Amino acid sequence: MAETAETKKEEADYKRVHNFPLIRNTDMPDEMRVETMELCVTACEKFATNNESAAKMIKESMDKKFGSSWHVVIGESFGFEITHEVKNLLYMFFGGSLAVCVWKCS
Amino acid sequence: MRKYYISFCKDEDDGTEMGDGTDEWMQRKTLIKPPDQLDLTEAELKEEFTRILTANNPHAPENIVRYSFKELLYQRTGSIDQLATHFMLEGNLLHQDSDEARRQKARQGYPEGMVVLLLLLLFVFPQQAEVEEVMEEGGSEDRSDSVQHKGGKPEQKQTNQFNFIERGSKTLNNPLRQMGCQTEPPPRANFSATANQWVIYDAYVEELQKQENNKEKQRASMKKEEGKSKKKTMLSDDITKFRKVTKIVERMVIQNTFDDIAQDFKYFEDASDEFRQQEGTLLPLWKFQYDKVKGLAVTSLCWNQRYKDLFGVGLGSYDFTKQGHGMLLFYSLKNSTFPEYFYTTSSGIMCLDIHPNLSHLVAVGFYNGCVAVYNLKEKSIQPLYTSTAMSGMLTQPVWQVKWQKDDMDNNHNFFSVSSDGRVVSWTLVKNEMVFTDIVKLAVGDSVTGGLEGLQLPNPACGTSFDFHKEVDYLFLVGTEEGKIYKCSKAYSSQFLDTYDGHHMAVDAVRWNHFHPKVFISCSADWTIKIWDHTVRTPMFTFDLNSAVGDVAWSPYSSTVFAAVTTDGKVHVFDLNINKYEAICHQPVVAKKTKLTHIEFHPVYPIIIVGDDRGCVTSLKLSPNLRKKPKEKKRQELPEGPEVEIAKMEKLLNLLQDPDNSSLG
Repeated sequence: MAETAETKKEEADYKRVHNFPLIRNTDMPDEMRVETMELCVTACEKFATNNESAAKMIKESMDKKFGSSWHVVIGESFGFEITHEVKNLLYMFFGGSLAVCVWKCS
Repeated sequence: MRKYYISFCKDEDDGTEMGDGTDEWMQRKTLIKPPDQLDLTEAELKEEFTRILTANNPHAPENIVRYSFKELLYQRTGSIDQLATHFMLEGNLLHQDSDEARRQKARQGYPEGMVVLLLLLLFVFPQQAEVEEVMEEGGSEDRSDSVQHKGGKPEQKQTNQFNFIERGSKTLNNPLRQMGCQTEPPPRANFSATANQWVIYDAYVEELQKQENNKEKQRASMKKEEGKSKKKTMLSDDITKFRKVTKIVERMVIQNTFDDIAQDFKYFEDASDEFRQQEGTLLPLWKFQYDKVKGLAVTSLCWNQRYKDLFGVGLGSYDFTKQGHGMLLFYSLKNSTFPEYFYTTSSGIMCLDIHPNLSHLVAVGFYNGCVAVYNLKEKSIQPLYTSTAMSGMLTQPVWQVKWQKDDMDNNHNFFSVSSDGRVVSWTLVKNEMVFTDIVKLAVGDSVTGGLEGLQLPNPACGTSFDFHKEVDYLFLVGTEEGKIYKCSKAYSSQFLDTYDGHHMAVDAVRWNHFHPKVFISCSADWTIKIWDHTVRTPMFTFDLNSAVGDVAWSPYSSTVFAAVTTDGKVHVFDLNINKYEAICHQPVVAKKTKLTHIEFHPVYPIIIVGDDRGCVTSLKLSPNLRKKPKEKKRQELPEGPEVEIAKMEKLLNLLQDPDNSSLG
């Protein structure tokens, strides 16, 4: 029992500690990166249970802000190889279990 | 002819004539015979020539055969074209209904009738009409129509619908040109990654670790900042960057320049010693001079125990009328041309001592009574500690300083002796030196019996002292009066013993390195004396015929010592070999230069001697001067301090035995 309690506590700790957005890879300019990151966080928090909606929201907002043909992938486990326009890629982790990849390619 | 005429008239009509003269023109119509006309008779005129005219063309072919596709054979064609054209002439007549004619009429104002007349004329000359027929279709009809026109009903004639010319011009169209260009597509890049739970987890853990490290670094850097700013100012001097390099290069140059001396130092053994009985020689090696110390005398020498090539030189003056500044130099055997460290002091240095363990700490005694401690690690030219008037400054020249073992609290401390008769212990506490008076020397210790209480303590002038190698508290003090006192750190005003051997100032007292009882003293009264501290009379006395500046035991033998005299000579004794005379006495400096101090190197067989011109000379002892007792038997010679002690003991016994025998 004690062990399970401990593990639970650890898990909670982990969830709490690892909640911040962590950018893994990006080549965006600073301003754009911050904006995109905040957008991703907002979307993921708004649609915490529905990744598809979150991705849709991100994509549409990005299309409006930075011109068309943005692509968004949100998931817990996936691999990808993409071609993106330079200075238009953001790959980040969020919430301890989500990976978000946003890129532009028209 | 007629035709001509008509055409002529018509020409006139066309051209100039107006409608008014037509009647005249009609009346003149009479036949006129041409002059060349044949005149025929009546009979000739009546004669008839018959000629039958047919409509057949005499030249037309009669037998044209053509292939009939209907009959599938060649057949003769019956119909032959009989028409022959003999003459054709396009006229310049106008049809009255034509536009052209109408325009002409309008222009000339022809009356209607005139036109009719013209038409009639046309009828008269059928040939002409025929021509017109060819020219214009439906000419016959026109004629009948024209007769009808007499009634004056003008009828709009249809234009010829087939014979017309379209007039128009086409400008040149500008050729079309196409322009186009292709821009480079925006640069693209590929990116690939895999996201899954453990990758994400690892990334977060790594990031957290990094953040913690950064925090720690920031803390550390905050602390270091102050220190760094100080360091930076120190390093800003450009030359300091090259300090090490230049030093190495300097050493290399020196090594090459003084290569022969270095070779001598290491390898040269005087071969001639083999042929001498006992005597030895001294080989001069490096000479240490520094331009800035001219006029100063070497007042003290001290080897560094840790760095065997380094020694300190204190410079001041023994002449009490010429006291000035002093200098503290540190030379290395590796560089005889320039000191490793040098400090200028305001007062002359009288003594120095390098701490045996902490070789960067140097205690210095000055002529003005101050003592100071220099730290060679510090870059500053100021001493680390210095005594002031407030902190127990001695009032007379400090003649000797000596480092002691660290005290109970692990504070470094040293002793000093000065002319005012005090032996003082100095302890280095954090920021200052704390002093304690150990002994106050007073003359007349021996005559305290008479007038007790009334006698003022007359201070004796301490000039030198030395601490016993084994017994901590025991030490000797030599005085200006020639007395040597054996003192203890425990008793501040009493002497354990007094040796009254010299008549003039004692320049040096030194315990033997090996034998615990034996010490040596030298004095300006030309003598060196060797004592057993348990006996009040000297064991040996040597007269060197000149004031002795300094004496030193050798570190390798209990019976070897060396002394310098003011006549510039170095005397080396080995009591084991000769109890009466020096085995080597050799002048090592120019005449009139006084030697002031001598020091054995702790390891190598060399000595350094200082003179009163600020110059230090290093000398190598020849093999005879450091001879070991000869092997008489094949047994291994025991070595070490015990042997040396035994050797000394034997000598002392030798001395005492004859005394005992004589006494007995």
